[in-house]
Amino acid sequence: MTEEQVKQIVIDIINEIAPDEDTSNLKSEVNLRDQMDLDSMDFLDIVMELRKQHGIEVPEEDYPKLASLDSCADYLTPKFNS
Amino acid sequence: MNRPRIVITGVGLTSPNGNSISEFRDNLLRGVANIQEIDMRYMGKVPAGVCDFESTKYQSRKELRVGTRAGSIAIYCASEAIANSGIDFPNYDKDRIGVYIGTTEHGNVETENEIYNISKFDYDTRYWTHHHNPRTVANNPAGEITINLGITGPHYTIGAACAAGNAGLIQAVQMLRLNEVDFALAGGVSESIQTFGIFAGFKSQGALAKHDDPNKASRPFDISRNGIVVSEGGCIFTLERLNDAVERGATIIAEIIGYCMNSDASDYVLPNPERQSECMLKAVQSSGLALSDIDLISTHATSTPQGDIQECKAIRDVFQNCPSTYINNSKGFIGHAMGAAGALELAGNLPSFQDNTIHPTINIDTLDEECALKNLVINQPLKVDSVKYILNNSFGMLGINSALVLKKYDE
Repeated sequence: MTEEQVKQIVIDIINEIAPDEDTSNLKSEVNLRDQMDLDSMDFLDIVMELRKQHGIEVPEEDYPKLASLDSCADYLTPKFNS
Repeated sequence: MNRPRIVITGVGLTSPNGNSISEFRDNLLRGVANIQEIDMRYMGKVPAGVCDFESTKYQSRKELRVGTRAGSIAIYCASEAIANSGIDFPNYDKDRIGVYIGTTEHGNVETENEIYNISKFDYDTRYWTHHHNPRTVANNPAGEITINLGITGPHYTIGAACAAGNAGLIQAVQMLRLNEVDFALAGGVSESIQTFGIFAGFKSQGALAKHDDPNKASRPFDISRNGIVVSEGGCIFTLERLNDAVERGATIIAEIIGYCMNSDASDYVLPNPERQSECMLKAVQSSGLALSDIDLISTHATSTPQGDIQECKAIRDVFQNCPSTYINNSKGFIGHAMGAAGALELAGNLPSFQDNTIHPTINIDTLDEECALKNLVINQPLKVDSVKYILNNSFGMLGINSALVLKKYDE
């Protein structure tokens, strides 16, 4: 799986959990919370959907690695490919 | 003691047959029920009352996803009531608003859904949602109102089984009289159709309605009634002290002039007509009226074989010498909206103060002789000389009884 595909998976999850947000022009390098109205509960939803839909486990100490789409791709792509 | 007079100045509601008081009333007068069959997890098809209001009118899609159905119903009803009241809400002191919402139960829907969810993951609790606790705390529906509307005064729910709608209103009356708040949002909500447990529980109890035509399934006082149709819904009123309402030029819908709540102290599910009689009697006494002053009794009867008879016995005992007291019931139209029932049924009858018409009790093909109350309004609306006083009954499990007395407002 490519990093671009992983980013799309994260965007798809955000579209589910924050359906009022426009995700069409997200900047990959900018923190998601600086671009959208996402709170800590929403990030827990992202973690839960990664677990439910893709069997990916994100330990609590790694939550900061989900800050931006780029950091998501860096962190999650190896997990998807392992 | 000279207590402040408390009035209703706004109403917002959603019921299976209407999303505003005018639509609801119109359907009550025209005899239009709306009960449908829904697919219930583990049970198959069951009759239920389903609401179809515009949930995104006052909530974002994210709020809808995070919150509960009860919260969504509560927000819709509260927002509609505020609009109906004509109050200058943006500039109102939110710290002086109280939110008192009656519920039959809360949290069972959300817990049941989560158990179903983790059953798909071999009951691994890592899949249990972090939204569970804020969704299931007992104050959830009232709390969601405060978050949505920015209200910083007190909020809580009143758990009072199926007497909860009246109980929410009574709480508001008391808090306004104590000067704890200046403006109250009060009534009841129900999300009960989201849980198989309530349906299965009534079925095990022999109290779940069944009928080939869902619109005939809820039939209080009919000889062939066989149980309850569970419904969702909500009704929230705005309440104020009379002098405040007059001062701001509010349209006053009705005055709450009396109430009573008491307990059967006898059985978990079977009602006790003696205590119901006492509840009605004390409510009327608290209003300072004579029994014969009551023009309309809105009954609680839920279409169960025994419960309907018990309430009729209680009414017969108290109102036997009241030839001009009419009686009706709303559950044939909308089923039993549980925590919302008392408030919704009251809302459906309040327009009688203006149109002097009693809406009928529908689905009575053959009246049960034991429910043959004098002046029961059956199948067709009845025009009367005037309606000035309404008694609104709501009773619930564990023997909780409530009765409210409403007065037509005149200056």
